[in-house]
Amino acid sequence: MKASIIVFPGSNCDRDIAVSIKKLTDLEPIMVWHKETSIPNSDLIVIPGGFTFGDYLRCGSIAANSPIMNDVIKKATNGLPTLGICNGFQILTESGLLPGTLIKNDCLSFLCKTVSIRVENNETNFSKKYKKNEIINIPIAHNEGNFFANEDTLKKIKDSNQIIFKYCNQNGEVNNETNPNGSIENIAGITNEQGNVLGMMPHPERATCEITKLSDGENLFKSISEFLL
Amino acid sequence: MIKITNEIVEEHGINSEEYDFILKSLRREPTITELGIFSAMWSEHCSYKSSKYWLSQLPTKNEFVIQGPGENAGVIDIGDGYAAVFKMESHNHPSFIEPYQGAATGVGGILRDVFTMGARPVALLNAIRFGETSHKKTKHLLTGVVSGIGGYGNCMGIPTVGGEVEFNSSYNDNILVNAMCVGIAKKNKIFYSKASGVGNSVVYVGSKTGRDGIHGATMASAEFDENSEEKRPTVQVGDPFSEKLLLEACMELMKMDVIVAIQDMGAAGLTSSAVEMAGKGNLGIELDLDKVPCREEKMSAYEIMLSESQERMLMILEPDKENIAKEIFEKWELDFSVIGKLTDTNRLIINHQKEKKADIILDILEKGAPSYKRPYEINIFDDEDIKEDILINESPISILKKMISSPNLCSRKWVWEQYDHMVMTDTVLLPGGDSAIIRVHGTNKGLSVTSDSTPRYCASDPYEGGKQAVAEAWRNLISVGSLPIAITDCMNFGNPEKKEIMGQFAGVIKGMIEACNTLNFPVVSGNVSLYNETNGKGINPTPVIGGVGVVENLDIFSDQNLKRKDDFIIIIGKTTGHLTQSIYANELLNYKKGLPPKVNLEEELKNGLALRELINKRLIDTSHDISDGGLLIALTEMSMKNLIGFNINIEKDNLNSYLFGEDQARYVVAVEKNKVEDVRLLLSEKNVFFEEIGQTCKDKIIINNKQISILELKEIYENWFNNYLSKAS
Repeated sequence: MKASIIVFPGSNCDRDIAVSIKKLTDLEPIMVWHKETSIPNSDLIVIPGGFTFGDYLRCGSIAANSPIMNDVIKKATNGLPTLGICNGFQILTESGLLPGTLIKNDCLSFLCKTVSIRVENNETNFSKKYKKNEIINIPIAHNEGNFFANEDTLKKIKDSNQIIFKYCNQNGEVNNETNPNGSIENIAGITNEQGNVLGMMPHPERATCEITKLSDGENLFKSISEFLL
Repeated sequence: MIKITNEIVEEHGINSEEYDFILKSLRREPTITELGIFSAMWSEHCSYKSSKYWLSQLPTKNEFVIQGPGENAGVIDIGDGYAAVFKMESHNHPSFIEPYQGAATGVGGILRDVFTMGARPVALLNAIRFGETSHKKTKHLLTGVVSGIGGYGNCMGIPTVGGEVEFNSSYNDNILVNAMCVGIAKKNKIFYSKASGVGNSVVYVGSKTGRDGIHGATMASAEFDENSEEKRPTVQVGDPFSEKLLLEACMELMKMDVIVAIQDMGAAGLTSSAVEMAGKGNLGIELDLDKVPCREEKMSAYEIMLSESQERMLMILEPDKENIAKEIFEKWELDFSVIGKLTDTNRLIINHQKEKKADIILDILEKGAPSYKRPYEINIFDDEDIKEDILINESPISILKKMISSPNLCSRKWVWEQYDHMVMTDTVLLPGGDSAIIRVHGTNKGLSVTSDSTPRYCASDPYEGGKQAVAEAWRNLISVGSLPIAITDCMNFGNPEKKEIMGQFAGVIKGMIEACNTLNFPVVSGNVSLYNETNGKGINPTPVIGGVGVVENLDIFSDQNLKRKDDFIIIIGKTTGHLTQSIYANELLNYKKGLPPKVNLEEELKNGLALRELINKRLIDTSHDISDGGLLIALTEMSMKNLIGFNINIEKDNLNSYLFGEDQARYVVAVEKNKVEDVRLLLSEKNVFFEEIGQTCKDKIIINNKQISILELKEIYENWFNNYLSKAS
């Protein structure tokens, strides 16, 4: 079994996610260069974090138009599990695979810290190893992580249970004070309607290592692995 | 042809003796391109003409050093077939003119210095210094520099894990931005800049050349005045995205056996890389500037040679291997162009548009470069003590509250949360402690990294200040339990043509030499930034020391956060209560006279090695060095993370001097009850002075029965930056 990690110029979490996949799943991570036009036979697509094309235009917008994306869109639409983290989440919204958009943090600066997030929906293939309402600690590191969707879109997202993670505090409280970047309703991660495409700003791959004393991201990879077996 | 007049020569920062030497060596008038090349190569920045004499006296070797000063960066052996490659460099003048781009390109430059040697960068640090907080430019410069550093490092995907931030009026019109990078390479795969092989190709890779940064090296070597903002066009613009591509392309190429020599185009651009590479190999070099990829039209030879456009490298390749390299750079959509060849003539020959624009014997540029032993006078402050009446009778807790909410002692979280400090997932110890620890990827070994300097000590006594800067960097590495290996230095001083400034430089170097020797902590790379003055007033002498150590086993290290209640608090090292030049004296009492604490290097070594042994024997897992602000500040910093405080009883007549004095060679540690007897035993055996002053407790800080909640302190400790920046100036 294989996980295809899409590498764009400027991707910089590609190695990190490959390490986590190797460690926590039975998938073999393979790097797929953005200029390829088709993804090799795989069981998971991952779009890693980074600053694709420098993020000199709207984040993720150039990457969303790379040659490989036609096949990503095709396979994801056909139900292949697809995970986008940070810049990967931005690329997924830019390519239309996920609703909404990610705008500049309301603090107006880059923010790197470990935050608490609450598992809102543990019935997806990405989150089934978590308990519902479990509070997990995962680092964020972004400048444009402020999730926004208009009223109709937001209603659809909520109606189909697409919100997977929300920013909270250690006690699980979700409010303005526990919102690091201004995201609407503290949204930290959503899926598409079918539930096979997950985009999230926090970096689960940065919480899979005992030495950094952060391991709450491990269950995300274990969920994927369990589903695929 | 441009006629070379005295004015033109002067504008190029070349004095009349230097110009006479040029005329004599060339036996003719230089062309304007040649004059530009001399100007760049003989600038203080490239030639180290005022500092060479002193720098050459620094110790540069120990059993771990693979490459000392003179290459793009220093290299040390960290065991198991790996090497750490590191260097620190200043970008002071550009950052004052344009803070975002100045700081960003400072980071870009130091990254290239490291990956040009074949090392993947794994950590960045930044020592940044601004004017006083009330100065009208400080907010603008602070926010610009911090976002510039973040903007570059974050995009590159290299964690920024440490550094310093200081505010002091001596930097009002001359801020300091010193960036350090640490990389890891396979020990047998280090790339050097020494060219070899007559007939080999000189290859240009990376971004295109534009008119940005022309004469940056000369600018960095001139004093500032009111008109310096007019120099904005000479500040380079950074493109971290291109640099990321350049990094990956170089890493890919370096896996193959293709590169003969490589150097980044940093200060003085193509000029210095071509001259230095050929010079080191005792060869000649011939360049055809028509082949240089240019971003702008009609660039002259002068402009191409002196441009400091970023994200460029120069490589020497064997001609039959060019295609392998070309393919890789084309994949990454970077320019690749063969722009010349190596010759055996010892000449630098520049051709452009069918004309020979320069023909200089390399030895004249390199070995003929001026070197001055400038007159110097080492001045130290008078030894005055603080009079009783200035020592106001204020309670320790009240002083503590003022100090930890002051600009120089408050939490730096606002700064480092803007830097991605976790990417690469190897950051074991985050910013905010004595040292950060980075895991060597795929192993259970770590590198400890830190940067430090105490400029107010250096201003008052350069020799003691120089010793102290090295000792404190060493102490920072010890206090996490690592073995300190070597340092890089970034020497920021005023105008060396003034004998008192040269005296500061000489004094600091003498102090550093002694500390490096005693602590077996040599200098492997570095950078000198002189002329840090505005309108004739120099900055505090600021030798920033970047230290690197090794943690053999990542299961065993120590950090500064108190972890349990009822631990015993022990001070290692002697406290006399030295107040002059402390933060308490300088900033709270506004008493700036007197001498800094002396560093007893023998004590330093004894105390440090004992602590390291205690950590390695797993007897101690919580330790912090005592530095700026003294004992009580150190203990309070240790309380913040886990909200574990302390209850201490100090029976001293001079209580505040004891709590806030800055005696050196000290650490404060917290020891579990069942280990304390072993700790006492070991310290006594090693003849190390220690004092037990109390125990840890939950949520509170208690000093001689007076208490305060940690949360109350944390609030003011962590919010200073936000409060400062949200206030309209």
